[in-house]
Amino acid sequence: MKVEQISVFLENRAGRLAEVTKILAQGGINIRALSLADTSDFGILRLIVTEVEKAKDLLKAGGFTVGRTNVVAVEVADRPGGLHSILEILGAGGVNVEYMYAFVTQSGQNAVLIFRFDRTDQAIEILQAAGVRILSGPELYAL
Amino acid sequence: MLYDVPQETLPRDELEALQLRRLRQLVDKVYYNVPFYRKKFDERGVRPEHIRTLADVQLLPFTEKQDLRNNYPFGLFAVPRDNVVRVHASSGTTGKATVVGYTARDVANWADLMARSFVCAGGSRRDIVHNAYGYGLFTGGLGMHYGVERLGATIIPISGGGTRRQVMLLRDFGATVLCSTPSYALYLYETIIESGIDVTDLKLHTGIFGAEPWSEKMRAEIESKLRIKALDIYGLSEIMGPGVAMECREAQDGLHLWEDHFLMEIIDPKTGEVLPEGATGELVLTTLTKEAQPLLRYRTRDITRINAIPCKCGRTHRRITRIQGRSDDMLIIRGVNVFPQQIEAILLETQGITPHYELILRREGSLDTLEVKVEVDEQLFSDEIKHLQRIESTIQKNIKEFLGVTAKVTLSEPRSIQRSEGKAKRIIDLRHS
Repeated sequence: MKVEQISVFLENRAGRLAEVTKILAQGGINIRALSLADTSDFGILRLIVTEVEKAKDLLKAGGFTVGRTNVVAVEVADRPGGLHSILEILGAGGVNVEYMYAFVTQSGQNAVLIFRFDRTDQAIEILQAAGVRILSGPELYAL
Repeated sequence: MLYDVPQETLPRDELEALQLRRLRQLVDKVYYNVPFYRKKFDERGVRPEHIRTLADVQLLPFTEKQDLRNNYPFGLFAVPRDNVVRVHASSGTTGKATVVGYTARDVANWADLMARSFVCAGGSRRDIVHNAYGYGLFTGGLGMHYGVERLGATIIPISGGGTRRQVMLLRDFGATVLCSTPSYALYLYETIIESGIDVTDLKLHTGIFGAEPWSEKMRAEIESKLRIKALDIYGLSEIMGPGVAMECREAQDGLHLWEDHFLMEIIDPKTGEVLPEGATGELVLTTLTKEAQPLLRYRTRDITRINAIPCKCGRTHRRITRIQGRSDDMLIIRGVNVFPQQIEAILLETQGITPHYELILRREGSLDTLEVKVEVDEQLFSDEIKHLQRIESTIQKNIKEFLGVTAKVTLSEPRSIQRSEGKAKRIIDLRHS
């Protein structure tokens, strides 16, 4: 039930992010979701893309340091309290969120939350036990 | 003024006769007491009796910094350990420090040479000396200290750091001579101004500066800002410490190397060949009077040349010109010696790998800064900011701990560091450009 995310190391320099999107655009790869974390001298770009393997190879060939991480994609109703209900379940289960980001699906009915946990397997168990819908990779890419 | 008139003005022929006598005693001593040297002599088929003239020093083997490391810690002592009254050491990662031992007579000779150097700079026993060289295993602080005490002047053993307090005491104690690295002198000046102190309220008349490379331009800046005469001192712990050579106030043109205690040669650093007098090359020193740890033909890696023109100060000891650079990749950062390999060892120890790295040296205001740029490859990379920041801070902490230098660590993208023929260019020194 895990989804693969790729992450890219970026120096804080003008034009670096555009380099990444250019490579992906030329490879015909669609970005489903992304988040950018930054410090004063570097940043980490995290991406959910349609073709993980291809995206990774292209970026590596372009000279970037690329990592792969397992994250968990959770679908919730797009209404007030949607995110809160999930975080409450996780908090009660003692699972720590390293980082997260979210996007709204094209239907507009649901939101998808991407989580990186310290203990991924335990987090999945807790969420499933609470009846939360977890998206698989193919489901996520097809949205 | 001269501290030791007979020795400092010894006619050249007498000085050279004294050098030869001391060299022959030294060679005898190390051959019979230091296994390292005996082995080297035997390999070359050289015996002590082969040394008949000063030029015969060329028959002797060189000693390198690595030889000191290989014999860490006390392997090059030429006297029983209980005759050694003091040990100094250079910074280094574990097991890589270079250690130097001194007998009581070595310490006394050092104090004498430092007193000689101090007077050569224009100091006298009436002076109050603000000694901002670091005290401890580093030879700077204690070397200066003993020399000033030997002369009978007043020493303020302030050591390094706490600059605001230094400025206050500099004024309150009415120090007349400042001893520090040249860049620290400029930093002190900035702090003096920030503290609202008028330079004319200070009693300083002389600065004795060393332990890092500097230029005539920097000298002019220090002299006009602090309203002092700035003089260059040379030394290295392996040979003794500060006070191996000293610029005289009278000429302010090159450093008199105390030839009654040290024999100097200038060699081609590539071939090891001795160069004619006046040629620029690497300074090689033989200690003529050291007891605990005498060294034969020690390769200092410092680039200079010998000036044999008689000096107007009356001293007969020949001068070396201001150190022009290094024949190896040693960096001097705020008076601390750093080799790129030491940084590499720290990176290896910290991360378990040797990433591509680059050292960038800058001068910000008057102080040197070191930036260590480390390329992030897949082994080092993490998708979490905190892991990458932890890598930065761990490297920084270890550099501070092992080398005593504060570095800024920056993570960079792969291939962002220049490579020449596949090999990374490790050092970018922007300090003197």
